[in-house]
Amino acid sequence: METMAVPLPAPTRQVDPVIAEDSVADTPWQAIVWNDPVNLMSYVTYVLQKLFGYPEPQATALMLDVHHKGRAAVSSGDKDKIETDVAKLHAAGLWATMQRS
Amino acid sequence: MNGWKRSGRGVKARLVASLEVQEAAVLRGLIGEVRQMLTDRTDDNPADELTVLTGLRTGPSTRPDDRVLARLLPDFTTEDADLAAGLRCLHEPALIEAKAAAAATVLETLPESGGRVELTPEQADAWLAALNDVRLALGIVLDVSEDMPDELPPEDPRAEHIGVYHWLTFVQDALVQTLMPLR
Repeated sequence: METMAVPLPAPTRQVDPVIAEDSVADTPWQAIVWNDPVNLMSYVTYVLQKLFGYPEPQATALMLDVHHKGRAAVSSGDKDKIETDVAKLHAAGLWATMQRS
Repeated sequence: MNGWKRSGRGVKARLVASLEVQEAAVLRGLIGEVRQMLTDRTDDNPADELTVLTGLRTGPSTRPDDRVLARLLPDFTTEDADLAAGLRCLHEPALIEAKAAAAATVLETLPESGGRVELTPEQADAWLAALNDVRLALGIVLDVSEDMPDELPPEDPRAEHIGVYHWLTFVQDALVQTLMPLR
């Protein structure tokens, strides 16, 4: 390949840094619930149903992810929404943080 | 306390239990202690003139040194210390208020001498949150792990308190199980 006579075409256009920055700003955030030795499996499932309106099977699956994998992303969206979600999770006593997804 | 029962339907749905006098005293005592810790945190951070003028409350920007308070009032993010500090300022007062309100609901609905407790589903939600806060606090103090045995060896200094923790677990879990079908 190194001896190839025809060079690869040079990039005709550079990635616009403004667009790249915008896409970072648009990256959704996630609310993460972490495993905790105190919070009950039943209660975590109940809180996820109540706060996010998840049907019971979805809430149970997320709870089991928290339990077995140590953490689960329970909601995603823009920064304001996730901030509100984490505040609600804290009010319920769940151990939650937010991060860019 | 033999668990919770549902009574009534729809808007008349209630969660009913009966607590012994000692059970009521223990629960009221623990709920009151946690509420006191939370209000002390607020009192340590008095409103400044700007807050009084604007009505916009901000909390402290630093995580509590106390391990129990640090668990009840967690950081919003672990990735960005400045963001965590800013979000704590913004949200901590409302979080403390929500937890204190849940504690107040328990104290209002639980007779001092025990007996019948009758809760609306909304009051039951407040009980769940307040019971959870007390269990979180005890969990830190007693260093509770995922595989905590029902009883600890008598030489363990935590032995006499672990029973209370397990009882609170039963009260909370039974209330979730009874409340869940109402959602």
